[in-house]
Amino acid sequence: MIDTNVELFRWPFRRLTGDDDAGDLVARLHKKGVTQAWAGSYEGLLCRDVAGVNMRLAAACREQGADYLKPFGCVNPKSPDWEEDLRRCHEQHHMVGIRLYPNYHGYTLVDPAFTKLASLAANRNLIVQIALSMEDIRTQFPLMLVPPADPAPLAELAPRIPNLRLVLLNAGHWAGDETTSIRQIRSAKNVYFDISMNEGIGGLARLIAATSPQRVVFGSHYPFFYFESALLKVKSAGLPRDQEFAIYEGNARTLLKQA
Amino acid sequence: MRIWDVHSHLGQLPGDTPEARMKVLVEHMDRLGIERLILSQGYDEFIYHPTPQQVREENDRVMRAVKHFPDRAYGAVYLSPDNVEFSLEEFDRCVRDGPMVSIGELETDVRCNSPALDPIVERAISMNVPILQHTWTNATGNGPGESTPHDLVELARRHPQVQFICGHTGGNWELGIRTIRDTKNVYAEIAGSDPTSGFTEMAVRELGAERVIYGSDVGGRSFASQMAKVIGAEIPESAKELILGGNLRRLLQPVLKAKGLPS
Repeated sequence: MIDTNVELFRWPFRRLTGDDDAGDLVARLHKKGVTQAWAGSYEGLLCRDVAGVNMRLAAACREQGADYLKPFGCVNPKSPDWEEDLRRCHEQHHMVGIRLYPNYHGYTLVDPAFTKLASLAANRNLIVQIALSMEDIRTQFPLMLVPPADPAPLAELAPRIPNLRLVLLNAGHWAGDETTSIRQIRSAKNVYFDISMNEGIGGLARLIAATSPQRVVFGSHYPFFYFESALLKVKSAGLPRDQEFAIYEGNARTLLKQA
Repeated sequence: MRIWDVHSHLGQLPGDTPEARMKVLVEHMDRLGIERLILSQGYDEFIYHPTPQQVREENDRVMRAVKHFPDRAYGAVYLSPDNVEFSLEEFDRCVRDGPMVSIGELETDVRCNSPALDPIVERAISMNVPILQHTWTNATGNGPGESTPHDLVELARRHPQVQFICGHTGGNWELGIRTIRDTKNVYAEIAGSDPTSGFTEMAVRELGAERVIYGSDVGGRSFASQMAKVIGAEIPESAKELILGGNLRRLLQPVLKAKGLPS
């Protein structure tokens, strides 16, 4: 099982399992049946020294053995000299992808800086994960409300950069939307979806029907969420075995092969 | 493990009838080993200030679904403090003289600390049934008349002999758990929020496992995300058994026994 959506280190507002020991988190993931996890860093949300964040993330992942934790570095395209962060993610840390937090970094997906980042990342053959949200706005710390990022601009952007491989994380807040933009995003062949915030009875089956069995990946949002949420969603969806495998592992492997 | 779910609705489900929608729920219950639901209003979109006719319709739909699947669900009566006299009659129709076993989810646009709730709560005492009250402490502001855990604590302290279930534990559960902590006749219910880790562990630590109850808030939520809050929690198995069904069965025991219904 490949979990495409885990994070290391400290969430700013609550202590989480394994947040002071990546080894502890890895042991727990192992026990849950995860064979590989794509890891971002909670530090990337608020720390301005993104290079330092990525360095610590890469080191922590490396310490856990080859290939178990795959670091997904953070790049903030509104930060000075972000192109260097992108370069280091790729050339220095040998990352296969990056994870973006547009709502925490204060830009929208129509921002030309984001378009440039997406294009440069695609040219480097990096997977680009966009965390559209991290937490339900209703439960956020009242002095720091961060609304989810609006994915609508991706409808136009994704087809325009066909070599871009986008993975949308924590996208539940617009699961019920049926706007033209959302339909276009769902049908774009280079956009993948994790299941961490997929909700409702039959929600996973609906997501697959609206996108493709080849473009839905297992992502838990662990340790912020209970890991078992994503696991039980797949187990209880009543999917054919081949689709279950594709979500647990196959689709993520396909993404990696292209990296 | 016997799993009972205290908080479910027939809304946001495929199917044109209560029976059809309940069938969908049963299919999903079977996949996760859920034995029984407590089902209440919510077939239609939320209605502010529902008329007596709308309240009655909601309750009738619940009773139809329960009648079709008597081994898989019990009904909870929906009442509105907007219309107390009607609510008392509706309680008698659905609980005293009908098949329903509890009150809830009360989710009207009158905050539950209102004295208008008192006659309804007193009627609950007559049948010894628990009350599930919707609560949120929304960081962006509550809806008009939406109750908070503070409101429920006020109500519960006026009626110490009634058992109240704090729906969603206010959503912001770290605050909700602290708010209800000292009011022993209020139970934390974990339904209907994101499966943020730590919720169940803190509830057990601060309230004891005997005061924590599993609910899902389906169909808007999934059984999976809400059960994960218990299955994935780092608490003893004995605590999980209480939360997933033991506590609810204990609360319902008096009314189930009085009605000759299985627990």
